[in-house]
Amino acid sequence: MSGSTNAPLIEVRDLGIRLNTSRGPAQAVRGVSFSLKRGETLGLVGESGCGKSVTAMALMGLLPESAVVSGSIRLDGSELVGLSDANYCKLRGNRISMIFQEPMTALNPMHTIGRQVAEPLRRHTNCSAAAARKEAIALLDRVGLPDAAKRVDAYPHQFSGGQRQRVTIAMALACQPDVLIADEPTTALDVTIQGQILDLIADLVAERGMSMILISHDLGVIAENVQRMMVMYGGTVVESGATNAVFTRMGHPYTQGLFRARPRLGARKGTRLKTIAGTVPELADLPAGCTFADRCTIVEDRCRAALPAVVDVSAGHGVRCVRTDVSMAEAVGAVGA
Amino acid sequence: MSTPISASVDVGAATVRPQVPTGFWRRALRHRSFVIGGTLSLMVLGAALLSLVWTPWSAYEIDVASKLRPPSAAHWLGTDVLGRDIVSLLLVGARSTIMVGIIAVGIGITFGVSLGLLAAARRGWTEELIMRMSDFTFAFPAVLSAIMLAAVAGPGMVTSITAIGIFQIPTLVRVTRGSANAIWAREFVLAARASGKGGFRITIEHVLPNVLPILIVQATIQFALAILAEAALSYLGLGTQPPQPSWGRMLNDAQTLLFQSPMLAVYPGAAIAVAVLGLNLLGDGLRDLLDPRLSRER
Amino acid sequence: MSVFIFRRFLTLIATLLGASLIIFLVLDALPGNAAQMLMGADASPDAVRALTIKLGLDQPLYYRYVHWVMGLLTGDLGNSYVYGTPVAGLIAERLTLTIPLAIMSMSMTVVLALSAGIYTAANHNKLGDVGVMSLTQFGIALPNFWFAILLILLFSVKLQWLSAGGFAGWDESILAGIKSLLLPAISLSVVQAAILARVTRSAVLEVLREDFVRTARAKGLSKRDVLWRHVLRNAMIPVMTIMGLQFANLLAGTIVIENVFYLPGLGRLIFQSIANRDLIVVRNCVMLLAGVVVIVNFVVDVLYAFIDPRIKVHNL
Repeated sequence: MSGSTNAPLIEVRDLGIRLNTSRGPAQAVRGVSFSLKRGETLGLVGESGCGKSVTAMALMGLLPESAVVSGSIRLDGSELVGLSDANYCKLRGNRISMIFQEPMTALNPMHTIGRQVAEPLRRHTNCSAAAARKEAIALLDRVGLPDAAKRVDAYPHQFSGGQRQRVTIAMALACQPDVLIADEPTTALDVTIQGQILDLIADLVAERGMSMILISHDLGVIAENVQRMMVMYGGTVVESGATNAVFTRMGHPYTQGLFRARPRLGARKGTRLKTIAGTVPELADLPAGCTFADRCTIVEDRCRAALPAVVDVSAGHGVRCVRTDVSMAEAVGAVGA
Repeated sequence: MSTPISASVDVGAATVRPQVPTGFWRRALRHRSFVIGGTLSLMVLGAALLSLVWTPWSAYEIDVASKLRPPSAAHWLGTDVLGRDIVSLLLVGARSTIMVGIIAVGIGITFGVSLGLLAAARRGWTEELIMRMSDFTFAFPAVLSAIMLAAVAGPGMVTSITAIGIFQIPTLVRVTRGSANAIWAREFVLAARASGKGGFRITIEHVLPNVLPILIVQATIQFALAILAEAALSYLGLGTQPPQPSWGRMLNDAQTLLFQSPMLAVYPGAAIAVAVLGLNLLGDGLRDLLDPRLSRER
Repeated sequence: MSVFIFRRFLTLIATLLGASLIIFLVLDALPGNAAQMLMGADASPDAVRALTIKLGLDQPLYYRYVHWVMGLLTGDLGNSYVYGTPVAGLIAERLTLTIPLAIMSMSMTVVLALSAGIYTAANHNKLGDVGVMSLTQFGIALPNFWFAILLILLFSVKLQWLSAGGFAGWDESILAGIKSLLLPAISLSVVQAAILARVTRSAVLEVLREDFVRTARAKGLSKRDVLWRHVLRNAMIPVMTIMGLQFANLLAGTIVIENVFYLPGLGRLIFQSIANRDLIVVRNCVMLLAGVVVIVNFVVDVLYAFIDPRIKVHNL
């Protein structure tokens, strides 16, 4: 592995992504910047359609061909935006890996799981079929698939959802990647399995010194699994910082809304689940100013005029809001609620 | 329940019968394959209707003296080996083709749709039996059953119509039953059953109207298949018999004269191709327009 | 899996029996006395009776049916009413033409259709896709016998490269035999290929939208590798279904095309036999064609079980 430990492994600068949707071109992501050091973990949180998955696909270089990407994504200093697909193929599954949301459909039903786990090894390393198979069994064993040696030749439909997700994790880890992107890895799973899978991912990240980008709509998952987090809304990062800092001092009205809207255990009967009024804006017709303006309770005229700049409310904690003074004062009861 | 119900339950909305979608014609006239297909189909239909009242020459009168004439002002596409005017033969041929097509598809729809609806309404062994029977009929393409019929009853229009009609049934059974089953699983049918309506009434009131768009699309495509089959049977001499003109028969006649008058083999085939292409495009267009859920690339 | 195949095998037997029964009823019971048909309406009753006994038509219906089915199993199909020679021999002779013709046109169909279907799916919505798809729309509309005549017009009448019909046979040289089947095979396959290409294209496009394609890309496979290693096998299921059904059409097509090119194959034999009122030959030929169609569809179903691992478990 190359690069010193202090230099960022991944550095994203002013990333913009334009997609062609059925409703015309849409600016799915704009002005997203972050960096990630080796071994660091970063969470991306937001509602569906906020641009978090699109950002992940941009990192993987798997956006549709019609997508227009601007800005810069650097891995170990080398630029990924505009990289040819042939060169990107050498990185995917090798230095950057990804785990997807739907384990039920993410595996090819026609191939044995052993073959699918061994595939990145065969592709990126020059190990023999037998060696790749052996390694696949070891990986399956490591991710906690019972009877890995026996079941390596079984087909995906013979496994449960949780087991399949373990298989996709084994697949993603096969080539010891530097970065792991986990896009809602537990959303499609039973609640009882969710914790196990997240623990497994956390263990593996620590064990192999990988960096991880964890994408989730669930604040709880983010709170427990990452060191730093970014809250996305309407294609922009509205708040970012150390996970603790963001949870302690929510600077953006949207983050606060998201926090209030989560279902709580032990809430009194009859308590209405808080919702954020309004709906997520269509990416095809985003407002000119703050993307959250239409749903914000403390909106002002200047919010609609232009996209607010990022305000550093403390070291490494940035909020894209012009009214941080008010919003942060209102963030009462955020801790310990 | 203490949580307020936020999402409205929309069962009532779905019981509304499917109507021609709003702005159907506006959308239709902008749909390329619908417009092209519709135009071609209308041309063939127009030719058939025209032949009822007028043809440039008689399509039946033989005039050996003026046989195999090249195209001229009098005979736009020339004459055949019996001196009959090609344009007139093509016009009357369109009539035979369309008639065989309509009757054969009619047979197919009558039996296919009823059996398909019955299979969906009854399920169980009725469904199993109907489906096995239709699988089985699939083993006999139109040409094969026409051969069997011709062997015992002699060739002719009735033979070809029957054979093509039988050949249409299995496809229509499958399509009808498939989409009818989907309708039977819908909430508004459950509601109708809960209110005590019988299988027959539900089929007529709810299932049939809902599968109608799919059947219209399928019937268009079956029509195209029927035209192809009719042409093949007439070409083989199993279908429409002389002196009644038919496109397939014209091709057979023309084949013996390929070296003298090659163009005679081109016109009737082109007429068949235009009719089939028109109906296929029309079917594709209707599929897109009537039911967006069906509009997958074939 | 074996349970699945066994169950499917039972349906196959039932279907074959059903087909034989219908064919027998239509071609043997329905026409009344075949001997009368052979000799014409003005034949003397004595002569008709003599022929009836000679042909075994005086036996009861069920006996004749069972006798025929047993004959099908042993290869003894009886003698032609007209030629007096064994029907099995007549058919076997004609099959030396029809089987190669069917194999040639089916392979052409598959090669053409798969390459066109995969090419268009890989270039979805690009110029090549739109172009090839418009071509297939025309291909589907072509009557195959007309296409055959157009081929004759071009290659025989105009260019004079190939003969307009007839069969050179296999004795002289295999190449000469293949050459005389070339135009018939092309005319049979082009239309079928147009349909199959469209099916292949939509099947591949459907699979390309699946999640596991993204997973495979995320592993570092190029688009090309994903297509060949992951997509095609999944897309083959609907394609094979249509191929099985097309085989029935292909056989029916050989009847027509053999007539266009004056090829002495099974199709011509059926035709001549209809003209000769040789119903026993017609009956056996039709049974053969229907049987092949049913068996091919059985084979396709069994192949699913080998291609798709999910079927094994579902049916155990």
